[in-house]
Amino acid sequence: MTVVDNPHGSPGLATAEERSRFETIVAGAREDGVEIVHYEPPFPAPGTRGERRLQRIVAGCFLTTGGLATAFLVTYIWWPWEYDRDSLLHNMYTPVLGLTLGLALVATGFGIMIWGKKLIPHEVSIQERHDGPSSDHDRSMATSTLLYMGDEMGLKRRPLLGLSLLAGVAPVGLAAAAPLIGGLIKDPHKPVEGGTGSPLMTTAWGPGIRLTREDGTPIRPEDISTGGQLTVFPGVPEGHTNVHADSPTLLIHLRGQDMAELRDNLTGTNVGATWGDFVAYSKICTHAGCPASLFEQQTNRLLCPCHQSQFLVTDNAKPVFGPATRRLPMLHISVDDEGYFVATSDYKVAIGPGFWERP
Amino acid sequence: MKKRARIDVKALPGTAANAADERLQVARPLRAVFNKVFPDHWSFLLGEIALFSFIVLLLTGVFLTLYFDPSMSHVTYNGSYLPLRGVHMTRAYETTLHISFDVRGGLIMRQMHHWAALLFMASIVIHMFRIFFTGAFRKPRELNWVIGVTLFIVGFLAGFTGYSLPDDGLSGTGLRIAHAIMLSIPVIGSWTANSLFSGEFPGPGAILPRAYIAHVLLIPGILLALISVHLGLVFKQKHTQWPGPGRTNTNVVGERMFPRYVIKQGGFFAIVFGVIALMGGLLTINPIWLFGPYEAAAVSAASQPDWYVMFLDGSTRLMPPWEIRAFGHTLPPLFWPTVVLPGVMFTLAMAYPFIEARRNRDTAIHNLLQRPRDVPERTALGAMAVAFYLVLTISGGNDPLAENFDISLNAMTWAGRIGLLIVPPIAYWAAYRICLGLQQHDREVLAHGVETGIIRRLPNGQFVEVHQPLAAPDAHGHTELEYTGWVVPKKMNRVGALAPAIKGFFYPVEEPAPPALPQAERRELESSGTR
Repeated sequence: MTVVDNPHGSPGLATAEERSRFETIVAGAREDGVEIVHYEPPFPAPGTRGERRLQRIVAGCFLTTGGLATAFLVTYIWWPWEYDRDSLLHNMYTPVLGLTLGLALVATGFGIMIWGKKLIPHEVSIQERHDGPSSDHDRSMATSTLLYMGDEMGLKRRPLLGLSLLAGVAPVGLAAAAPLIGGLIKDPHKPVEGGTGSPLMTTAWGPGIRLTREDGTPIRPEDISTGGQLTVFPGVPEGHTNVHADSPTLLIHLRGQDMAELRDNLTGTNVGATWGDFVAYSKICTHAGCPASLFEQQTNRLLCPCHQSQFLVTDNAKPVFGPATRRLPMLHISVDDEGYFVATSDYKVAIGPGFWERP
Repeated sequence: MKKRARIDVKALPGTAANAADERLQVARPLRAVFNKVFPDHWSFLLGEIALFSFIVLLLTGVFLTLYFDPSMSHVTYNGSYLPLRGVHMTRAYETTLHISFDVRGGLIMRQMHHWAALLFMASIVIHMFRIFFTGAFRKPRELNWVIGVTLFIVGFLAGFTGYSLPDDGLSGTGLRIAHAIMLSIPVIGSWTANSLFSGEFPGPGAILPRAYIAHVLLIPGILLALISVHLGLVFKQKHTQWPGPGRTNTNVVGERMFPRYVIKQGGFFAIVFGVIALMGGLLTINPIWLFGPYEAAAVSAASQPDWYVMFLDGSTRLMPPWEIRAFGHTLPPLFWPTVVLPGVMFTLAMAYPFIEARRNRDTAIHNLLQRPRDVPERTALGAMAVAFYLVLTISGGNDPLAENFDISLNAMTWAGRIGLLIVPPIAYWAAYRICLGLQQHDREVLAHGVETGIIRRLPNGQFVEVHQPLAAPDAHGHTELEYTGWVVPKKMNRVGALAPAIKGFFYPVEEPAPPALPQAERRELESSGTR
């Protein structure tokens, strides 16, 4: 078969020496099961105008890379990079880095691509696949070797060895796994220090604990206007931090008729939880634990922005839309002698997302 | 004094090669690698984008570890970003701000890392589509398909642990939802969550260091191992190829690995790297300084996770409020869309090659790809899966959509719930019909020829379009060709009868293209081609 199938007649390999070198390549490929069936230099003769033009383009790409990479270095070192919000120069630092580095790399890529696609002979090679199973001979040899190995071990004749090995290895495996997993395991229902009951069921609230703002200051009823709401935290050390991520609560000052509606609707443990026109709900969504923080005054709905569960404030924060299934728990509140809001107990039910042990 | 022997620079490569071969006998295996044949098609490069993004992820990731500290201990910010000065935050958030503002070139590295992660996941998905719709997963490549699906899952975990690390408002909310998802698992849920977080959410500072070591050591290690096996299998089993002239089920037609194939790969790597650098520099991503530190009581509307997590967010939003309560136990509704649904989705995806082979009683080895239109059932199933995934993903972003287009949020949720049930079947039906239509048109062209656009008026006044048959008429005057599973030419310039279509954006369209064929051949075509 003709190895070089070139429409121009000449394979572009002018001299006998070049041809014989190519034949070596072809012979080598054939030994690897590869047949080069079409091999066509991109230009009929070396040094044509088209070739020189492509050479210049590729060289141009690489020189562009060099220029841009240098620009990247210069920018990186000398550009005013320290943060200064009002400085346009500073704000351009990252974009200029990206532009110079990115374009430098893209230019290299194009240079290499054009080189590979346009300046190197185009070829079609065919390689045979050797799919499917090994030869019967190989398979039977391998199988007998394996079986013989088994016989040499003599597990069949000496069953005690097998059993004792198994009995020995299994505990070693478990012993290796135990510290890896065992160190992690922590009982979710063990009370934390100073706490009572499962941490999943309790929060930092309790009788007499003041409702405070994020900065720790207590709140008087007149601090919240009608229709207003405020996120409150337990007045305990670190009460507003993530240490008590289960305790954030929403204190809402309802309008008179809304409060009357809510008072009519109060059920179960919620009876007696409100104070005046004020009601306090857990802010932690009973669906996935995001803060249900968007209060829509007109419809008296609380919306959790994560999965859009909606809770009706005037009806025990009952879920009215979205994936949540349980009400937001209500915190029992009152006002102490000094006129500040306090909780009269912890939440009566577990706050936050549901879990298996939750009754 | 003895004169020092001069080193012969020209002979150096030869001597080095000789030295290597004397010790390792590499001549034959190396030549076999040089000569290995790879088939060429643009769609075979999609997986490479994932590989190259992974390399960029490793490079930029190592840079970030030099400055990041996953500690959850509390500090007061005192860096150069003024709006957050004096704010209490964790070390993790502080060091992320430090990378963004006080490390030279830190911001571009962070943004390149994030963009490369998004690109990594996107190219995995697109690559998976290619494999699925062309049937490249069939025997003997089922194992590699399973590894590929596993790569998506592990990549998902890599992404999730990654964007949980900065401890900004967004990532803390993500972790809180992850905690709730763990809690929802029956029987072991609260134990799992409590053990991983070492206490109630967010725990005494264990979760971020744990996520960190998973993100920088365990998960990349698993990814690296899986990617190596994935590529090793492609190398061992040889790449699939499209049908075409000279291509059979038992050969590979293409280019040898060296030099062209490797050069093109190298160039492509530089381009992918360059595009990621451009994105990292020019496009802001995850501006954590705007979100503030994570506080359990604060969240903003329209907080969206990275795109590959959005389908889970969507499924969670669409789930109706169905809770099972019995015998003093609770099975929260969160369990179904976030644990069961992805479990079913990934199991189905992994099992698909085996399901299809069993259904078709197909035990043969397949190295030739199929055009999606030729396997309407599989293509339609794929379209159905894609539609399902898309409805979930769009629902994951339904709040900005509702806001921007002034639609009720509840209406969006209901549209998603109903859409999840009816859009996939519609996609199945539409894809199936489109496949059949395309098949039919292929057969039509093979039987009657290419439309020429020439209208001929017959003596009786009737107008007919002249068709150019693709084959010379046989003894009976028939020109019908058999379909070979490959592209059928449908335009005259595809069969070389007209000048090639004018290409180019900057050249005027009026510029005449040079004739493609010598005059003699053209005349021959014209005289034989009418019917």
